Amino acid sequence: MISISGLIGQAFAIALALVLAPLLLGWLGMCRAWLQSRSAPPLWQPYFMLRKLFNKDVVLAETASPLFRFAPFVVFGCMVLACAIIPTLSTDLPLAPAADALALVGVFGLARVFISLAAMDIGTSFGTLGGRREMLIGFLAEPALLMVIFTVAMIAQSTSVATIVETLAHRDFIIYPSLAFAGIAFTFVAFAENARVPVDNPATHLELTMIHEAMILEYSGRHLALIEWAACLKLYAYSCLGLALFLPWGIAERDNFMALVAAIPLLVLKLLVGGFLLALLETVNAKLRIFRAPEYLGTAFLLAVLGLLVRLLLEVKA
Amino acid sequence: MSATIPLTAQLINLCASVILLLTFAMLAQRRVMQLINLFALQGFMLFLSTLVVAVTTGQSHLYWSAGLTLLLKALLLPWILNRLMHRLQIKGEVEALINIPTTMLVGIGLVIIAFNVALPISQLSHTITRGTLGIALAVVMLAFLMMITRRKAISQVVGFLSMENGLFLAATSATYGMPMVVELGIALDVLVGALILGVFFFQIRDQFDSLDIHHMERLKDN
Repeated sequence: MISISGLIGQAFAIALALVLAPLLLGWLGMCRAWLQSRSAPPLWQPYFMLRKLFNKDVVLAETASPLFRFAPFVVFGCMVLACAIIPTLSTDLPLAPAADALALVGVFGLARVFISLAAMDIGTSFGTLGGRREMLIGFLAEPALLMVIFTVAMIAQSTSVATIVETLAHRDFIIYPSLAFAGIAFTFVAFAENARVPVDNPATHLELTMIHEAMILEYSGRHLALIEWAACLKLYAYSCLGLALFLPWGIAERDNFMALVAAIPLLVLKLLVGGFLLALLETVNAKLRIFRAPEYLGTAFLLAVLGLLVRLLLEVKA
Repeated sequence: MSATIPLTAQLINLCASVILLLTFAMLAQRRVMQLINLFALQGFMLFLSTLVVAVTTGQSHLYWSAGLTLLLKALLLPWILNRLMHRLQIKGEVEALINIPTTMLVGIGLVIIAFNVALPISQLSHTITRGTLGIALAVVMLAFLMMITRRKAISQVVGFLSMENGLFLAATSATYGMPMVVELGIALDVLVGALILGVFFFQIRDQFDSLDIHHMERLKDN
């Protein structure tokens, strides 16, 4: 029972994700520059970067296997799928049954595995180092993210992101204290997964600290463009997942065209405010040593577990 | 299900959860300055939750105890601790006996125990806030844990004071507060306790040139 309006809405959501994701990164860059009293790069800076990279030739290492050329497309595809599943404007998404929130974590995991394999493929020490660090961060961040999703799924009695949004946004307003814990844990995880400041610094090429940048050092041209775009999409997907789980008001329901139109400016507004807060948190925090990252993500995991416990204590019985 | 809980009870639950969250933050905190700020914030959340209970039940003495909480726990005690910290010139990090992730894991275990222990007790109570009894118990136990695992005297005092916060939360959640006389007595006790411990800090430092209470395990002069 896939409706035409659903298909159009789905296509529009994907197109919007592709367009908005680099802008979100640009907005984050602008906010960071302002907060550090530098003059800001234009909002379109990520677009300039993508255009430049798409126009350049690809230089491949002699030792590169087909996997190295294949990986950027997989990573990009995973991120587009993630953006398609997460309700940004409307909960009427024909692709949403393809993967629930747990499979969504798997989609992110698939992208991570491929980019780490590609990083190790060339055989340079930097790539291997980056790949290993990424897996370390990933295996610590994933349980925390799953716990956050369990907490929210227990409230909605469903693991489908669309159903969760419908439950939270369109029923009676109830304060869920467990969501406060889950929200903080999710913020922790989002920073770690998107290679932002407390765990990784996206602006550095210092070998001691870089994680994400170390993995993509060997990429060039359109491959690098796809990976950079995928990184933007991942940030967008995480932001939208956070908004969908913890701030779902304004996302339209099925067959409600007016709400759909109203949802677009609201989404942009939420992303603007969220992006500014993200940049603020990034500016006030110092980057952690890599050995502190397990503690950081362990805290996120414990907070998520605490959310689950609070849910069981305060909200289930009564 | 949860739809039947009135809004005020939801607000109280939220405040209690934030207090639990702050207690965990205190447990994970490495710096003394931040620890005191978190303690002040905890006092402020306690004030908010007491105020909500007071407004809901309309019991006038709860307004008094809310005001007392704000004055004493959110303003006066953090100020005293801050001044002590500056006069003692304490800087740098709190030293924990167990490393922080392990402490947090033990903390989670304590929360599970506290929630399970409090469940049958809270079913005996008929107040709207009975759900928070488990949280209050968990706060008390976490504060205990902080006192046990911290080495410096000042963070032990913060642990002691935050334990009192947990007890106060339990009192408001289970029985809508204690009689006024008891509450005033406890408030005075805590204040005097903090002052005396402040004097102790100077004594300990004069004696051992450090606030590490590890030194006090040896009683002989040698």
